[in-house]
Formats: sequence, C-alpha cells, structure tokens
Amino acid sequence: MSMGLLRLLRGNKASAPVARERLQILLAHERGLRGQPDLLGVLREEILAVVSKHVTLDPTKVIVRLERGDEVSTLEVDIEVPNDIERKRAAVG
Amino acid sequence: MSKVLVVTSGKGGVGKTTTTAALGAALAQRGDKVVVVDFDVGLRNLDLVMGAERRVVFDLINVVQGVAKLPQALIRDKRLENLWLLPASQTRDKDALNEEGVRNVIADLRSRFDWVICDSPAGIERGASMAMRFADEAVIVTNPEVSSVRDSDRIIGMLDSKTVRAEKGERVVKHILITRYDPSRASRGEMLSIDDILEILATPLLGIIPESQDVLKASNVGTPVTLANTDGAPARAYIDAAKRLCGESIAMHVPAERRGFMDRLLRRRAA
Repeated sequence: MSMGLLRLLRGNKASAPVARERLQILLAHERGLRGQPDLLGVLREEILAVVSKHVTLDPTKVIVRLERGDEVSTLEVDIEVPNDIERKRAAVG
Repeated sequence: MSKVLVVTSGKGGVGKTTTTAALGAALAQRGDKVVVVDFDVGLRNLDLVMGAERRVVFDLINVVQGVAKLPQALIRDKRLENLWLLPASQTRDKDALNEEGVRNVIADLRSRFDWVICDSPAGIERGASMAMRFADEAVIVTNPEVSSVRDSDRIIGMLDSKTVRAEKGERVVKHILITRYDPSRASRGEMLSIDDILEILATPLLGIIPESQDVLKASNVGTPVTLANTDGAPARAYIDAAKRLCGESIAMHVPAERRGFMDRLLRRRAA
C-alpha cells in the first residue's frame, strides 16, 4: 500500500521539518562556541586564581557551570572550601 | 594547474571512498591525470573499492617516512591509464602521518598530476586533519540525515580554520555532495530536503547521488561506480559532478520518484 495513504490513515506527520528545526537550533549554538576559547575553562581558572589568594582550595572542588535558557542564562559557581581554613589562619596569624 | 581535492564528511559510512573512486575515475575519463590518495591509515579501503587490493606493495606511510619513493608506491589503474592510486598503510596508525612528510608527498603529487584527490578517514582526528591540510577544494559528502549534516557542519568549520589555505587568509573552495538520496522518502517528508541541507550548511551543491544498488554492486567487484554502470543514475550524477568540478555549468538533476502503477493509483485516491 502507498506510504502516503498509510500516513493519512494513521495521521502521521512528516518528520523532516522536525529534523530541520532541531538542526538549525543545535548548529546555531555549536557555531557560536566554535573558534572561541573555552569560556567556562577560562572563568574557572580565573575564579580559582582570585579565591586562592585568600583561601587554600582544592582545584578539583571548583565547579563552574553554565545553563542556557531562552531569556537568560545562569552561571553557577560552586566552590568547596575546607572547614579547617579558619583554624589554619588562626595558627598562622 | 593541479588541484588538491579532499573528500571528507566527519561521519563514517556516508560514501567518501565511493565518491573518491567515482570522481577520480570520471575525471580521468575526461583525460585529466588523476591520483586518488587513501588517508585512512590502518583501515584502508580505497584499494578494495578500486579493485587494486592485491597490487599494493608500498603505501603512503612508506613514502611519508622516506622508506619508499613515490613512483614505487603509486599503482596504475588497469582500466584507465591516467588514473593512479596511492594506498594507505594497513598495519600502521594515523599518528604515523607527520605534517612535514605529508606536505612533501602532496607537493610531489601536485607536480605529477592534474588532480590529487585525498580520501579522508571519518572523524576529526589526525588522519582527517592531514587529509584536508593542503587542500585547495573540498567535497563534503553528506547524507540527508541529522547526524551527517551536523558532522558536515563541523567539518566545514575545520576547513575554514585548520587548513593551510585558511591560515594564509585564503579559502578552501567547498562543495556539498548529497549521497544516498531517496526521492520517494524525500517526497513523503521523511528525509531532509536538498533545500534544507543547503540552507543549513550554506555551501553550494556539487551533485545529488541517488540511493542505488549500483553503488554496492560496483564496490563488490572493485570498480568505481562511474566505470561499472555508466548509464546508471549514480554514475551519471557523479560524472556531472566531475564536470562541475572542472568548471562546467551543468543543470542540477534532482532524482525523481519512480512510482509504480498501484502506488500512483493509491496516491491519487489518498490525495
């Protein structure tokens, strides 16, 4: 039986327009990233450098995450500070 | 003026090797002197598709590393006297391709041939970047399918930034070749249309190769599809594409659906 008729009977819609739209959105995003320095990597390094001036950090405990939304994007910085820092400071001071 | 052409795609299995063999043979048939070079080190297949798998003695890596001279590694096609193959190594890996060595081999090939066609491996690693590094032009082989189009976009980005031409502020001339195009699926809206692909990739079209049994049959017997069944739809599409590469302006033939009687009858009723 003809696929056209089958689709009509089942009420299926053509999937190519969906493919096209998904690709356009994805590639717009990927092209924006291409050629740029790794923004999150740079942010992470610089934040780590600034905070490390004042407190001792484990570099692996610094997480920088970017979440893209339609209207705004959120930059989340999560830094784990060891609890014995105050004590160490007191000892030094 | 000789030209270095890379046949690339990012994604595997889209038809790079078939295309390299088909375009190479079509250009050679026009009278140009052509060499097809396999850059898929470790997974060579161009020799097999060209029907020269039992004649390989030396390979690209041997020449790059100075173990063999270029004329020792070149294999002359048995059907076309101005078509040659430089096979890849099957036992080495892609790290054996050093840039200096590849530069020298390409320069040597340029002095001997009108066309140097580099068959890129899939991926974006060393083999693929070496295959495109010295290219003047690129054929980006794309299937009408989301993952292939996305990978083509990535490869276009590399052609615009990681090639010698790009680094000199010049451009690599890029062409999209759509392969495995199924007109009936496209007409049902199940497959990305030609216009969609060209709009998304913003790159001119070199040709549309329809999905066909000819392609598998040709590779089964080790003959480029443009020599195997010259009247077949894929052969004609590749021959037209080769003419366009030479600067001829040939009207683009979009493969059309061939409908059977029952199909037409049912379609009319459905519509």
